[in-house]
Amino acid sequence: MIDVAFLEATVRSLLGGVPLTLSLTAGSVALGGVLAALAAWGRLSGVAPADWLARLYIFVFRGTPLLVQIFLIYYGLGQFRPTLQAWGLWTVFREPYWCALLALALNTGAYTAEIFRGAVLSVPNGALVAGRACGMPRVLLFRRVTLPLATRQALPAYGNEVISVVKATSLASTITLMEITGIAQKLIAQSFRALEVFVCAGAFYLALTFVIIGALRLAEAWLSPDLRPRPVARPA
Amino acid sequence: MSAFTLLGFGPGGWGGALLLAAGTTLALALCGFLLGAVLGGLAASAKLSGLLPLRLAADGYTTLLRGVPDLLVIYLLYFGGSAALGQFAGLFGVTGFVGVPAFGVGVAALGIISGAYQAEVFRGAYLALDRGQIEAARAVGMHRGLILRRVVAPLVARDALPGLGNVWQILLKDSALVSVTGLVELLRQAQVGAGSTRQPFTFYLAAGALYLAITSLSTWGFSKAEAHARRGAR
Repeated sequence: MIDVAFLEATVRSLLGGVPLTLSLTAGSVALGGVLAALAAWGRLSGVAPADWLARLYIFVFRGTPLLVQIFLIYYGLGQFRPTLQAWGLWTVFREPYWCALLALALNTGAYTAEIFRGAVLSVPNGALVAGRACGMPRVLLFRRVTLPLATRQALPAYGNEVISVVKATSLASTITLMEITGIAQKLIAQSFRALEVFVCAGAFYLALTFVIIGALRLAEAWLSPDLRPRPVARPA
Repeated sequence: MSAFTLLGFGPGGWGGALLLAAGTTLALALCGFLLGAVLGGLAASAKLSGLLPLRLAADGYTTLLRGVPDLLVIYLLYFGGSAALGQFAGLFGVTGFVGVPAFGVGVAALGIISGAYQAEVFRGAYLALDRGQIEAARAVGMHRGLILRRVVAPLVARDALPGLGNVWQILLKDSALVSVTGLVELLRQAQVGAGSTRQPFTFYLAAGALYLAITSLSTWGFSKAEAHARRGAR
């Protein structure tokens, strides 16, 4: 009963959407990481205006659906077209790709900011005191003590966030971008064989998820030298 | 027209329509959440059961539904449901496109998706259960059904509450995706308003504000419920 020729053609079409899915993921994770670092810094800085600005950003972008954010940027900003044209920004906001990227980055940035903040707060105070006792200046202390410890702490939650970004890129299909889900939707509407197309497209996403999980395990092992088995002492 | 009259409740105002659509969103999310609780409970008990086939099936369900985009699931149910219904209607001589009710598709999709997440929440809460409580119940002569009802269920519900709160928030925001089926929930209503007034920013901003109000109220409600459920514990 399995129509191999149809499945093969479906997989081949869907493969064409993989580069766009990957580029949206990579772009929004990178830009979102920068936004998250800024927002986490704002929350931890102790400077009241920066703290409140970061809080507001995180509250708004975590409290509304991503699809609303995408529509607000792609369709909504069209309302201010003359202004944007005057500022020379229209070339960016006219493109669905940049709008999707911006919305995804703003969205994941808000979630990631909380992950980063929690990770920095989890660094044991003793480690910081020890670093300071050795005479480390603030920047060196951050680079050598806070950053490695916080990174290791943040990694599992951060990995989950990256996986949800992969899934979230599917919403770009609602603003005409033909990534994996966009192509799948087109194929379903043409062939009306929803289940077969769903299975193929789902397999692509699951494969991407497993690759990320694998990469994460490697990174975690690399950042946790203390958990590795000790080298066997050579007899003197 | 200013944004206030546009979103107000007077003649030509869209305020009433948007509020009504927010009600649809809430109903959609609530029904999806309840269906998800049933599916999640079943999947969690399958995962905890000793039967290998049941466990594998439940593991497959949660892995698949948590790894595949929600939009794809909605497309599957919407188009797949229509195709299946069309074939069924064909048996009775009805031809052409048969649409499935969009609300039903939305509830099914949100239920199936959130069920996969709720299964993990319930499983975690069950594993955190203090075995001594069950032993004590057995010692006073309670039978299995009674233990489940009086001891296990209330304790699991209490420990699952924070996790269920997270699932609810995700579900609420996911419900916006159901707008692709044409169901007039909050986002779809905003789209309609944006299209007919050519003021998309105003309408999507209003929709965003309503979502924000619903999620904020939910956060508050869940923290109250958690405090209430923990009143006996330290």
